[in-house]
Amino acid sequence: MKTLVTDALIIGGGLAGLRAAIGIRRRGHEVLVLSLVPPKRSHSAAAQGGMQASLANVRKGEGDTEDVHFEDTVRGSDWGADQIVARMFVQTAPKAVRELAAWGTPWSRVRGGDREVIINGQPQSINERMEAEGLIAQRDFGGTKKWRTCYVSDGTGHAMLFTVSDQAIALGVRVWERSEALCLIHDGERCHGAIVRDLVSGELTACLARATAIATGGAGRLYRVTTNAVICEGMGHALALETGVAALGNMEAVQFHPTGIFPAGILVTEGCRGDGGLLRDAEGHRFMPDYEPEKRELASRDVVSRRMEEHIRKGQGVASRFGPHLWLDITLLGRPHIERNLREVKEICESFLGIDPAEHWIPVRPAQHYTMGGVRTNHTGESPFLKGLFAAGEAACWDLHGFNRLGGNSVAETVVAGMIVGEFIADFCARPENDIPAPLPLAREFLRREEENLCALLRRPGSENAFRLIAEMQETMTQFVGIFREAEGLEQGVTQLQRLLQRSEAIGISAKTWGSNPELVAAYRVRRMLKLALTIAYGAYQRTESRGAHFREDFPQRNDRDWLKRTLAFWPDDAAATLPHLAYEPLDVKTMELPPGWRGYGARDFIPHPETGARQFQVDALRAKMRDRDRFAVQAALMPYAEYLPATLRGKNERLDEPLENPA
Amino acid sequence: MNAKTNARRRITLTILRHNPQDANSKPRLQRYALEEAEGMTLFIALNEIREHQDASLQFDFVCRAGICGSCAMMVNGRPRLACRTLTRDLPAETTLAPLPFFALIGDLSVDTGKWMRGMSERLETWLHAREREADLSRIEERMSPDLAEAIYALDRCVECGCCVAACGTAQMRQDFVGAVGFGKIARFRLDPRDRRDDAAFYELIGDDSGVFGCMSLLACHDVCPKSLPLETQIAFLRRKMAFLSAA
Repeated sequence: MKTLVTDALIIGGGLAGLRAAIGIRRRGHEVLVLSLVPPKRSHSAAAQGGMQASLANVRKGEGDTEDVHFEDTVRGSDWGADQIVARMFVQTAPKAVRELAAWGTPWSRVRGGDREVIINGQPQSINERMEAEGLIAQRDFGGTKKWRTCYVSDGTGHAMLFTVSDQAIALGVRVWERSEALCLIHDGERCHGAIVRDLVSGELTACLARATAIATGGAGRLYRVTTNAVICEGMGHALALETGVAALGNMEAVQFHPTGIFPAGILVTEGCRGDGGLLRDAEGHRFMPDYEPEKRELASRDVVSRRMEEHIRKGQGVASRFGPHLWLDITLLGRPHIERNLREVKEICESFLGIDPAEHWIPVRPAQHYTMGGVRTNHTGESPFLKGLFAAGEAACWDLHGFNRLGGNSVAETVVAGMIVGEFIADFCARPENDIPAPLPLAREFLRREEENLCALLRRPGSENAFRLIAEMQETMTQFVGIFREAEGLEQGVTQLQRLLQRSEAIGISAKTWGSNPELVAAYRVRRMLKLALTIAYGAYQRTESRGAHFREDFPQRNDRDWLKRTLAFWPDDAAATLPHLAYEPLDVKTMELPPGWRGYGARDFIPHPETGARQFQVDALRAKMRDRDRFAVQAALMPYAEYLPATLRGKNERLDEPLENPA
Repeated sequence: MNAKTNARRRITLTILRHNPQDANSKPRLQRYALEEAEGMTLFIALNEIREHQDASLQFDFVCRAGICGSCAMMVNGRPRLACRTLTRDLPAETTLAPLPFFALIGDLSVDTGKWMRGMSERLETWLHAREREADLSRIEERMSPDLAEAIYALDRCVECGCCVAACGTAQMRQDFVGAVGFGKIARFRLDPRDRRDDAAFYELIGDDSGVFGCMSLLACHDVCPKSLPLETQIAFLRRKMAFLSAA
């Protein structure tokens, strides 16, 4: 048995994993990062728009603080977020942006003086403060009260990932590229590392670690159409789920973006519609005003996606070999506008569709975009159910996003969680009680089991094809567990997924190679993907309300009375199981800084929680009583959180309008 | 104006196949025929082949959106990103081969990651900060918007390996750092946050495995999928480094 012992094993080489690894390494611990691909190829690189941090550098960001960012985030989550975690996040985000600046990220910068912008389709002039010249620039994003999104042109994720990856190389952080964790080594109470497969040679290694962290990103590939990279198959989620001990939180919370290009699902920005672009159907008819007379194409993401799918269901989609789609028409904006303001969109259309969007309509359809659900952790990033197992970034349900993530908060979460959880992992590794002997017999047992599974897959003459099962799963998820959900369809979806899971036991493989073998990889992953798909479908079936991106046609209201709680999905320790076990974790209204209410957009009617009124009264009274105190004192009185943060991250954030008196 | 119902074209992809993991494998060309679809890219075509014709075919895609640089391969003899190559821009008979120079993993899959990490370690392609630790609570150091844009223009490299695969010197010198390496040096040289001076950069690229090995054939510039200004940057670096070596 090939064995490796390290302090921290990080599964996933994207922004969250690498930033955590850097923090752990800087604290003097040994760390090994596993990555399916070279780390700089991770899906973090695909983030374009930017990351939110309340620097308040630009004119339209003036008055922004952690408080405003906090409220935007909680409202965006439809009150599903953990408010302590949201506070930790908004406090750390400015530090994360500034750390990246110090490490070399070429953030776009403020130019003082007048500049022309388009707001609501109308040209407008903004005067940037001369004293802000050269500070990090910020742009507007959906669901935010201030212009808060820091960006590097339209390649923010790429620039951030290269910065962080190069810092990891500078520190000599070890990375195993083209390596995949097949299972976690655990004894039911504590996680001890993972069994790792070399995707080129096929060799298995038992990697033993004091702390193991999952930072593997999202699971978009459970759906037929997704903006996610092909590696986003949720294998990190599955590692935790298959322990039977750790839980996944809120898996039914899946975000869809209205305008993925069709059929590839590559994203074109919301800016197309923001600038005046229209959505059209097979007849060329502009259909959004029929559904949403007030906001039309510019209703919120979830609303527009819902209306588009509804229209396709009515048979109004454009038929194509790959299925129905709709059109995004930006021709009316004119070539000069497109070539100046929507350059990226133009390049994507040219490269992937071979069309010029100044002359042709763009085929689009809502595409899966983000996995809010993930490995349930407490505020330190550790699983409350399996000691020594941590998670960070999109793979985690920390839970910053609740039932809907705000644009610009995903790439921000990766580095912020990397900073915070990395510190907590380093603390964990430093504690003497975590010095435990390497459990070699246990590791051997897990390795033997994986080896037997792989051998059986290669040996048996199965009748099922792994690629076909994946395609059927993606079809099922898209058809029944997509944007619109209702009991009958979800039931059908769950049943079909259960059947696929049973059929997956009969997968046969034509290529018998032990090493690099894409068919073998598909064969062992499809069972894990199906289990994840079942946690989403079954969780969605059980949740008889609508919250954020989870929309039930048969229960269209948000129901705080019965559903202000987080779904926890466990996979039963039973080889014949085809359904997760679900449990629920209530959110405590009595401790919320921002009690549930109207989001400021979307549906106004919801069923309130019985304690909301009392808590709101308490919050209002406290704010009134403390109106002479500064915002930090008021916040600390409402919901103290500072002691949850690592001490190094507690310092106040300086802004042009909030100079620091005493240097930290 | 958008109705397209023309008869579909049959295309043939001839792929150079070899699995170095398998002692019995011999490099060979294999032909796959398939029906072209509207908007088909090599990403879609190769996956269709893998799913319906040959499950053992190896290739690499990650973002499939021209962002991550995973899928560089030789398309009719020229290195390019397969994911953003539309089949309709290719002749009916197309030949695909793995990038030369890099270690072959199998078929169209090569190990660019290992080489790029080695290059990064050798050229120290990270910011060598002037101060040991920035105070993260403080307002960030200022930078002119134009300079930030200029740095980003060089920072856009995706390390796909096209420039190295197309490089004449790299075919003769395994230790050549390639245009990707020069691009990185140019990027950090431009960044005022980096404390290294030209003498420090000379130590990294001031020899024949570095900037003096370049024969100015400049295929790197022609094939770069991100259209980086490699020609200018290499010429500029060589001039700067030549001054230092003369001094």
